[in-house]
Amino acid sequence: MATEALIPASPEEAVQLFGEGQGITVIAGGTIVLPDITAGRITPTRALLLHRSGLEELRSDDGVVRIGATVTVAALADGEEEVLARFARYIADREVRRSATVGGNLCAPPGREAQRGDLGAPLIALGARVRSTGSGGDRTEPVEDFLAGDRAGRLVLEVEYDRVPRRSAVEMMRRRHTHSYAVANVAVCETEAKGLRVGVSGIGPVAVRCRTVESSRNPDDVLRDVDPVDDAVASADYRRKMLPVLLRRALDRLESA
Amino acid sequence: MNLTVNGIERDISSPPLTPLLHVLRDELDITSPKAGCQQGGCGTCTVLVDGEPRRSCLTAVATVDGASITTLEGLGEPERLSPVQTAFHERYAAQCGFCTPGMIIAATALIERKGGPVEREEVVDALRGHLCRCTGYVKIVDAVLAASRGDIGQVDDLPTSDEGEPDVLVKGSPA
Repeated sequence: MATEALIPASPEEAVQLFGEGQGITVIAGGTIVLPDITAGRITPTRALLLHRSGLEELRSDDGVVRIGATVTVAALADGEEEVLARFARYIADREVRRSATVGGNLCAPPGREAQRGDLGAPLIALGARVRSTGSGGDRTEPVEDFLAGDRAGRLVLEVEYDRVPRRSAVEMMRRRHTHSYAVANVAVCETEAKGLRVGVSGIGPVAVRCRTVESSRNPDDVLRDVDPVDDAVASADYRRKMLPVLLRRALDRLESA
Repeated sequence: MNLTVNGIERDISSPPLTPLLHVLRDELDITSPKAGCQQGGCGTCTVLVDGEPRRSCLTAVATVDGASITTLEGLGEPERLSPVQTAFHERYAAQCGFCTPGMIIAATALIERKGGPVEREEVVDALRGHLCRCTGYVKIVDAVLAASRGDIGQVDDLPTSDEGEPDVLVKGSPA
């Protein structure tokens, strides 16, 4: 069956073609969608291809860093924000990172054997906001709210965070090969204005903000914020044991930073 | 759609979401990029897209419309191998050869980017996403290091092209 390919030439055209997102498969880098098509798991009827949509800008103005939806993970890996760069360099390999995008990472449907969307943790810790469109029009919301909502009906346009001095630390754990998905990821940031922010990813379908830990600073409280899942990479039990360990290391490093 | 593949402009008639890998192999009969895992994890389908190594199995052809693609076929010829190809041949850096196209493309891009001798660590990082299930990694890394130093000779023992394809020697072998 022939797929109708929609190729917008501007952000405005992308928003218009996406509409309310009904029956549309969005393709930015293609690293998630293409294997699904090849394996016959999905057969898109209408595909929105974002490569010419002008959403690839990464800029900093008025103290706000703005990351377009199709900025590649490779660009983040080379970027100046260390928390994001550390995570980005941990995802897949150079060649896949050159295709993979931040928008795709945020919109990744739950994986069948492993957890996706590693960038959610550092973006939550940075206090990032997601600007998206879809049913009901444009919306800007904290990344943790975006992740908890109905992502399938949204088109990510931009991710932004305040460019302020912050202390940060990350811990990422996976099996020892390049293409392993995460066992668990932790990102913590602290700023004067907003205090401590804790993001965890790789332990369930989407990244989660750990508000209990943010107020108590007790790593063991992480299990009151998240409920890890079993998958092919690690058991839920192992994740429950490792999460407080990873978080303790990150918080220790934050103190000494 | 059109692509410039190994310097030759080609019109493309495959559907827009066809992976670049299958456009190359099935529409253009360019078979050096191998269909390995087809989910981005093995590296053997890697080609240069406007000079940058990318996974052709993860790339919808419509997203690279108008781009310049380089495959192994565009690097050297049987009579005149590229430096990386020569180093792979001299140093026995291929066993079954299935991963070799991706390895050579990624290594060529690394050496081009660095413009001179590279460190072992850089080679490992550049080839990190490429699997060799014969586990010939040591010879592969050595060959890339040698190629980056220009430490290569002349290859003159390749079979000539008019000898054609080798016969299948083992009954039932996929070769």
